[in-house]
Amino acid sequence: MAKIKMKKKSTSTDMTAMCDVAFLLLTFFILTATAKVPEALPVDMPSSVAQTKLPDTDLAIITIGKGADGKSKVFFDIKGREIRKRTLEGMGAKYGVTFSEDDKTKFALMDDFGVPLANLKQIIDMKAADRTKANQPGVPIDSLDNQLKDWLLISRRAAIDIDDKELKIAIKGDAKEEYPQIKKIMDILQDQKINSFNLVTGMRGRDF
Amino acid sequence: MAELNTGDGGGGKGGKVRSKKQNSKVDLTAMVDLAFLLITFFMLTTSLSKPQSMDLSLPDKDPDPNKKEDTKVDENRTMTVMLGEDNKMVYYMGLLATPKVGPKDIAYGKDGIRRELLTQKKAVLAYSTALGKPKNGIIVIIKPTKKSNYRNLVDILDEMAISGVETYAIVPEFSPEETKLIDKK
Repeated sequence: MAKIKMKKKSTSTDMTAMCDVAFLLLTFFILTATAKVPEALPVDMPSSVAQTKLPDTDLAIITIGKGADGKSKVFFDIKGREIRKRTLEGMGAKYGVTFSEDDKTKFALMDDFGVPLANLKQIIDMKAADRTKANQPGVPIDSLDNQLKDWLLISRRAAIDIDDKELKIAIKGDAKEEYPQIKKIMDILQDQKINSFNLVTGMRGRDF
Repeated sequence: MAELNTGDGGGGKGGKVRSKKQNSKVDLTAMVDLAFLLITFFMLTTSLSKPQSMDLSLPDKDPDPNKKEDTKVDENRTMTVMLGEDNKMVYYMGLLATPKVGPKDIAYGKDGIRRELLTQKKAVLAYSTALGKPKNGIIVIIKPTKKSNYRNLVDILDEMAISGVETYAIVPEFSPEETKLIDKK
């Protein structure tokens, strides 16, 4: 009788392939992760249980908050480089300010801003780190000089021209901002028949 | 597992110096562990750092002048919530002159307005079902005063989402009685 000998199996597995895959994925995630840029107007958002995420493209964000000097300010940001370029062209044409091709490229790569159009050039020429310190006065929203309205209108047109999509509008308000200020922005939106928009909020559970 | 540089003993035979056979395998377990940990971290941070957003749809601001009709709603179905300064909130059911419930001060959160909303929602549903229209749910009218802040507004809209109230409106208009009620300390 020949005894059946159990082969002694080695307990170690070859990890090389697994290691390769793991590092490939790791590289991918590191490269796709976007570094968080400091906001020109930091706001403390209220939280809600809403789960929907904001889209990455075709989005305009209106930030409302108090600046370092304690005044309520409105900042504006558009996502998407082509739309930004087109919007700046449109705004320049409307207000009679000329922007060079270099300015447009720089503007396309920028984040939110809060200056009247006449001063936008100075902000574009600044370094990214200086923009946050520049104490920008906010986009004018008075009834006499309502630049926010034009920004919205022209960026919406640009979004339709380029991506054939309606631009989504999100309001990012500071939790302590008083209601009339928010209402003013909503009125500007509703004057353009934008009746549906997003409120950017933080996250929280249902148990509070 | 540890099999790094485990040469085969050698077995001291003779005086010849034999170069040890090196094991070419390196233990990768720790490295893979680390790699997966980092992957998990980057995966979670990329998707979680995106901000949440709440959809808000408002009715048309200036309705068609040709279509002039005042929608009449049953006052038994309406609940009015007024938002005041310092997180004060007052609510009542029905008309202010003849309120069914309230007007009462109430707090935000699950033990305050949420419990009340759920109770009233059930009551209205029972009322509508008795009338034979089980689809007519509660209507909440949100009235933010000039002194209320954005957090109050988002909180109350959030409560609507949590308690499943489908019909609500933001109406920043106040009758003198209502102003008195909300300004009262």
